Amino acid sequence: MLSLNRRGLLAGAAALGAAALIAGAPAKAAEPIKVGFSMALTGGLAGAGKSALIAMQIWEKDTNAAGGLLGRPVKLIYYDDQTNAATVPGIYTKLLDVDKVDLVVSGYGTNLIAPAMPIMMQRNLTFIALFGLAVNDKFNYDRYFQILPAGPKPITDWSRGFFELAMEQDPKPKTIALVGADAEFAKNAVKGARIHAKNYGLEIVYDGSYHPKTPDFTPIVRAIQARKPDVVYVGSYPPDSVGMVKAATEIGLKTKLFGGGMVGLQYATIMTALGPKLNGIVNYDFWVPEPTLNFEGVEAFLAKYQAAAKGKGVDPLGYYLPTYAHAYLEILGQAVKATNSLDHGKLAEHMRATTYDTVVGKVKFAPNGEWAKTRTLMVQYQDIKDNELDTFAKAGTRVVLYPKEWASGKIRYPYTEAK
Amino acid sequence: MTRFWIGAVAVIAAGLLLAMTDIIANSFWFFAAYVVLQYVVLATAWNIMGGYMGYVNFGSAGFFAIGAYTAIVMYNLIKAPLLVMIPLSGVVCGLMGLGMGYLTLRLRGVYFAIGTLALAVVLETLMVNWDYVGGATGAYVIRPREMEPFGDYVKFLTFVMLVLAVIAVAAARWVERAKFGRGLHAIRDDELAAECAGIPTLRLKLIATTLSGFLMGVAGAPFPLYVGFVEPVSAFNLAYAVNAIAMPMIGGTTMWAGPVIGALLLGTAQQIANVTISSELNLLIVGLVLVLFVTLAPEGIVGLVRKYFGRGR
Amino acid sequence: MFTFELLWNALVAGVLLGGFYAAVSLGLSITFGQLDIVNISHPAFVILGAYIAYMGNEWWGFDPILTGVAAAPFFYLIGVGTYRFYYEAFERRDDEALRGLAFFFGVMFIVEVVLIMVYGVDFRSVQAPYIGGNWEIGMIGIPTRMFVPCMVSLVMFAAVYLYLARTFTGRAILAVSQDRLALELMAADPVRVKQVGFGLGIATAAIAGALLIIIIPIEPSVGRLYIGQVFAIVVLGGLGSITGTLVAALILGVAESLVSTFYGPSWAPAVAFSVLLLALAVRPQGLFGR
Repeated sequence: MLSLNRRGLLAGAAALGAAALIAGAPAKAAEPIKVGFSMALTGGLAGAGKSALIAMQIWEKDTNAAGGLLGRPVKLIYYDDQTNAATVPGIYTKLLDVDKVDLVVSGYGTNLIAPAMPIMMQRNLTFIALFGLAVNDKFNYDRYFQILPAGPKPITDWSRGFFELAMEQDPKPKTIALVGADAEFAKNAVKGARIHAKNYGLEIVYDGSYHPKTPDFTPIVRAIQARKPDVVYVGSYPPDSVGMVKAATEIGLKTKLFGGGMVGLQYATIMTALGPKLNGIVNYDFWVPEPTLNFEGVEAFLAKYQAAAKGKGVDPLGYYLPTYAHAYLEILGQAVKATNSLDHGKLAEHMRATTYDTVVGKVKFAPNGEWAKTRTLMVQYQDIKDNELDTFAKAGTRVVLYPKEWASGKIRYPYTEAK
Repeated sequence: MTRFWIGAVAVIAAGLLLAMTDIIANSFWFFAAYVVLQYVVLATAWNIMGGYMGYVNFGSAGFFAIGAYTAIVMYNLIKAPLLVMIPLSGVVCGLMGLGMGYLTLRLRGVYFAIGTLALAVVLETLMVNWDYVGGATGAYVIRPREMEPFGDYVKFLTFVMLVLAVIAVAAARWVERAKFGRGLHAIRDDELAAECAGIPTLRLKLIATTLSGFLMGVAGAPFPLYVGFVEPVSAFNLAYAVNAIAMPMIGGTTMWAGPVIGALLLGTAQQIANVTISSELNLLIVGLVLVLFVTLAPEGIVGLVRKYFGRGR
Repeated sequence: MFTFELLWNALVAGVLLGGFYAAVSLGLSITFGQLDIVNISHPAFVILGAYIAYMGNEWWGFDPILTGVAAAPFFYLIGVGTYRFYYEAFERRDDEALRGLAFFFGVMFIVEVVLIMVYGVDFRSVQAPYIGGNWEIGMIGIPTRMFVPCMVSLVMFAAVYLYLARTFTGRAILAVSQDRLALELMAADPVRVKQVGFGLGIATAAIAGALLIIIIPIEPSVGRLYIGQVFAIVVLGGLGSITGTLVAALILGVAESLVSTFYGPSWAPAVAFSVLLLALAVRPQGLFGR
């Protein structure tokens, strides 16, 4: 709390400093460009939300240090949505009507993006979302853009890599078990996997979901094991991802490919807690410190993030979400600069047409606002021998297998031997 | 016409005026007012059982959510308009309340409270597993952009919520003044004695739980249109259960003004806290205020006012 | 799909899980069951205990269970203080039912927020040699991560049971909600007796918290998830019966595990609560109720 305020003060001071730098400009121009959003700073997603906020404040500071946008400093205005969808409509109207923000971006996660959509559509605002899965499938709003690299068909593109990899292997898998948490993302992930399984002719031998607060996963893993599936696809949230991995290693899950859509295995605290138990798992990821993904600016950003994140009880490495939280503001900034305006129509038009260079690489949007081509990585945890943080900051522990153009190593197959 | 009814009509007329014109151009106030008014309905509904009758309902969130989910079913089935959703949600939750009333046959005091908690969990699990209403993935309900003659649809929603709040308060006031209310007080003070005195306790309890359930369902019905996206975690949010209890406690549980004052104060404070301190402090405030009030002012704000300004109404 | 291997494993897993549930419920069984104090904030204290175990483990590499045991006396004092306050504010004024409940509701929030402020909301877990191991006995597998907490829980139960049954204060705790007058005639001060009982209840939360963080990673708000479960267990067991609490916890654990193995894991929590609702409707005094 205190630290948050201090950050706010720092950011404010930075903005003031930037304003002072360009004090020569006309008074009206020095009025900051306000970027408004809600963010989960308490509640279930607060860990992720706080780390995203740090990344966004780095963008704010750097942008202002470089002279701001359109000759004006930028200023982030944000409120805590408490990971509660019901607070979101109120927050965005406050941002738009009381704070009179110029630009809006979303908070973190599908549940907190969707409630803002009706307001955006009513006012024809350009809206860049942070990690929403298939939100626009229902709204079909042409000024919606989404930074999660799921791909143009988010539900199936999400697990495409996992299944393409599975079908390339020898011996070819024939059966699959699907298991996921009873929650928004996990359900969608498993839904996509189910479609792929049918298309590839895999026999679904287990298809179950569980309550997210399940304390012990051994009965579930045993029930899966009893059906002897070749592939086990899991859609899970952080606490249950840990539970599944623990149960799978304890029981000695015998399958050829294990993982898929497990949220949380990307977080530093969870990786260090699980350590060698992760070996062999093939799971989605968005950015890992592999040489193939060393985009321009990402190292500098991570250095700043890691310094800022120290002692805040948030993800200390900042690979997974913070890079993208930085990138979605970069895109916004670049669009404002290129169009030289704050006109939402022009911004949306530019975003539909342009390929952006960001810390997460080149970003190009499809007509529905998703990435034009999926870059959901499939990585395999390999050669992890300890629980140290440094292990996971090195290349080679999370090897990129998919998409092929970013691949940095070879899959170890089957899972029982990759362990 | 009593002073109360003149006041009620005035409130509705003022609401109508504000919602139909652009005197308040800033739609944030409508979004915020909606939430506060929704809590007025919830807190008033809770108080009919909790305050008048002494039966604590921990499952308010369950009723609220079932109200919302009934609206979603209506929306999915026939794209029903709001004014159809509201009474239907009320009826469904009223029936649930009736069922809960039968539970009081066997369960008294704390057992009943825990029963309601369990009920909410069972209902949440049911919704999580019911794909027709979105299951765990959630359901989208796209609200119309405009509603004549209000303009922005949210203005209309807020006005509807205002009317519902007035109805809820009027119902609570009626309960309080009727013989029915005195029967409930007797149940609260000593159920066994009330029964011995010839008060038809079961019938009174059933009416009270049904009414309370009905009002909670009504409060939940517009929720899908307000947020646009409903999933079990947000619909069954603990905040509803907590606020439904905390607001009457702070305002005072013995008369209808208590929950209204509590909801207006705490609800507004939360709305302000949401957009100012924006942090964990919000929760802390609810916790501290609740502890402070229950220890220092057991009769709530209404009690304090009575104490210092005589026994005026 | 049904095999005996699955059945046996589900039963064993259920018993182990139930053993853990028992540890979390024990404190409430004392405070709520014996003393008639509806301490809805009990799970919050369990989480507090879990964070203390985390701290000991993270900073000094202490064993979480030993940390929990070491923290228990401090929790006892916290419990004594909380009860003292509760007594002065509510019980003495004969005002406990509704307001007491609201008070503990508030306490729950305060504990949670303080934890968020200190530790943030990231998931935390501990390291210990018995986390991750697994024993294979025939076709049955026993994860040590579940086995150790279950055993600790049973030892804790035995200790509390003996204390309540064999010592003067213990018996006084058992008697306090039934017959205050008799207690006073025996020259035992009911308030002091309840104070000890409440302290004892909170002290068990320190150990239960350590067990919790061994089993799953935690963050400050997970305590809320257990409110329903622990009340279900205590009520199902019959208020005031320590043995009943243990049996009810085991039943709940086994029921969840069986449903999870053979039906669908997503129905597991509903089954637990349906059992509770059924029990409340048919036999509200619980399995071992008086």
